Amino acid sequence: MTADGSSPEPSEPAPTELGVALVLPGVTDGQWHRLHPATPLLRGGLFIVAVLGFVIANLRERLFAIFFDEPTDGNDPIDAIVRNGVVGWALLGIAVVLIVILVAFTLSWRMHTFRVTSEVVEVRSGVVFRSSRRARLDRVQGVNLVRPFIPRLFGAARLEVSVAGQDGNVQLAYLGSSLADGLRHDILRLASGLRQSGTSAGDSANPAATTPAADVSATGAPGPTGDRPTLGDLAQSRVNEFLAPELDPDAAPPESIVRIPPGRLIGSVVCNGFTVFVVLAITALIVSAVVGGPEWLLVAILPGLVGSFGYYYSRFVKSLRYSIAATDEGVRVGFGLLSTSSETLPSGRVHAVGVSQPLLWRPFGWWQVQINKAGHSSNSGAAGAANTVILPVGTVDDVSRVLELLVPSFSGEQQRILIERGLRSRGGSDGFVNAPRAAAWLRPFSWRRTGYAVSGGVTLLRRGVLSRELVLVPLARLQSVQISQGPLQRRLGLAATTLHTVSGPVSARLSVINRGEALHLFDLVSRRAIAAAEIDTNDPRDTIPLTGPAE
Amino acid sequence: MFRVPNESEPNVSVRLDLPEVGEWQRVAPRYVVVEIVGSILFGLVLCGAATVVWILTDQIWALFVGLAIAVITIVIVAFEPRRVRSIGYQLRDDDLLFRRGIMFQRFVAVPYGRMQLVDITRGPVARWLGLADLKFVTAAATTGVAIPGLEEADAERLRDLLVQLAESRRAGL
Repeated sequence: MTADGSSPEPSEPAPTELGVALVLPGVTDGQWHRLHPATPLLRGGLFIVAVLGFVIANLRERLFAIFFDEPTDGNDPIDAIVRNGVVGWALLGIAVVLIVILVAFTLSWRMHTFRVTSEVVEVRSGVVFRSSRRARLDRVQGVNLVRPFIPRLFGAARLEVSVAGQDGNVQLAYLGSSLADGLRHDILRLASGLRQSGTSAGDSANPAATTPAADVSATGAPGPTGDRPTLGDLAQSRVNEFLAPELDPDAAPPESIVRIPPGRLIGSVVCNGFTVFVVLAITALIVSAVVGGPEWLLVAILPGLVGSFGYYYSRFVKSLRYSIAATDEGVRVGFGLLSTSSETLPSGRVHAVGVSQPLLWRPFGWWQVQINKAGHSSNSGAAGAANTVILPVGTVDDVSRVLELLVPSFSGEQQRILIERGLRSRGGSDGFVNAPRAAAWLRPFSWRRTGYAVSGGVTLLRRGVLSRELVLVPLARLQSVQISQGPLQRRLGLAATTLHTVSGPVSARLSVINRGEALHLFDLVSRRAIAAAEIDTNDPRDTIPLTGPAE
Repeated sequence: MFRVPNESEPNVSVRLDLPEVGEWQRVAPRYVVVEIVGSILFGLVLCGAATVVWILTDQIWALFVGLAIAVITIVIVAFEPRRVRSIGYQLRDDDLLFRRGIMFQRFVAVPYGRMQLVDITRGPVARWLGLADLKFVTAAATTGVAIPGLEEADAERLRDLLVQLAESRRAGL
């Protein structure tokens, strides 16, 4: 404990001014830094609310008596304490509890430190049980900046650095908002292999930190002395922060390439399988009311119906203000009205892209884009779905713009046509190699649309006719390829092909394809994947020194 | 019921096969013992359960279920040598090729640069026969390439070779 307590750099003048020191251009200097001072309060927020609720519930008569001057019947705990003459002990007990909480919070705050070197991000926390997490920067799969509602009011944000693997997250919770922005910038720059020259944390934080009020918001709490701004300034800065989706104008180009009108958003949230279920439930309710069905049906269905509106509302609010844009550091996806989240995927971290269209969306021409990626953020994504949803709803044009961002090598005119055909074509000779007629035995409806194409370092798999789907797998990220054949498929001269990628919602599998085509695809993909992996430069520190001399 | 779609090709050649690849390395023939022991044990346990149900609860259908399981086990054991012969692997220049299965055939190609780790496991029967299983793990959980029934020395040599190959062709995720 003593070693940890003394490890923050000695240059910092006093613990109370640590927050100020954080905005100085030196967060990524490899020294240990502390988090936002309100961190324990924000993390333990629910617990405190629960305790307060318990106390208030026990003292409500006393509170009534104080505020409304009503007599009490003398049964609440305070009366009992007064009657037994242990007021002193009770006060002492309260004082002890408060001191313990205060000490525990301070200790946990002091012990919760992080550092960013040119190699790793590391977080240490815990008072009794110490824990330490470290993420290698060249393995960063994405950086997610989350601002839940309550911490957002305090001007705090959570920064999640995700690395490959389940539970492979390093969380910096909570940081001052503009500091978190600057730090994200730095981490992504370091992760992309660009050595920063000089003071990028300070630079990137500066636009937000020019006014004294914003400066305070960055440090999280007003300084203990002199330079305390007026309350108006503070409120102003908080409001600005609340309205600005991104605090750092350099890091985020203002234009999102996709806009989701609220009407489309509502439509997409409403048009799904759950709605069919809700409509059925309402119908059942009405029918039972008309014909005089049993009353338990009402009791069973009604609460669920009321709850379903909460579900719609939360999905809607979470997807509001959706934006996706290319930044220097990668693709940035942001969304949320009250609690916001903005995730940045460095280039080459997308392992598979799936574009799909549920049946109910077809009349409107809407599509959804999901991806497979190696890192999993603990925060859920747009529309309340998993955060693998990159585009909650969009038109074909939106989809091709998003695909150009996600798979940069795949952006020519020919590719655009392929995407268009992959999404909407009914099959036939359209640039895709499709399943033969014999496949109709196994896929009576969708066999015409089941097919593949290889173009520009990407394999496209197309399938599904009721719920249409197009899967893109960048060959540079492919893990392995498999072909298989069961007895029925053998009889029909068919085979199945699977491209193995990291786990995720997108499954790159064609279950029926001509046997000869499957063999051809197997050969082609396994050769191209090796070639693509060799020229892939997304991990400059790893791939170039090792594969370069070998070639 | 199903018509053969390619009339020009005879029925036999509809099997999946990679024509222009080289010689497949096969696993040790005595690995069949491991598979047979496993199948028989599994069949015995199921038969035993069926018998218990039959005797204790006097349900006559359980007897037929037990008999069916016994027949299926015998058929599986009879095909075991062919199934083991169907397992094969090849070390190509840049990737490992793996195949197995006769009824349900499967071919997998794993680039060396994608291997995250190589695992050697030995079951009790395999250890008694001096065999080991080699398992390749990539970032994709579905890759599922495991070469069973290698001579222990072979397995270790292969592991070292693969680790070395993976290191020299190392790619990111």
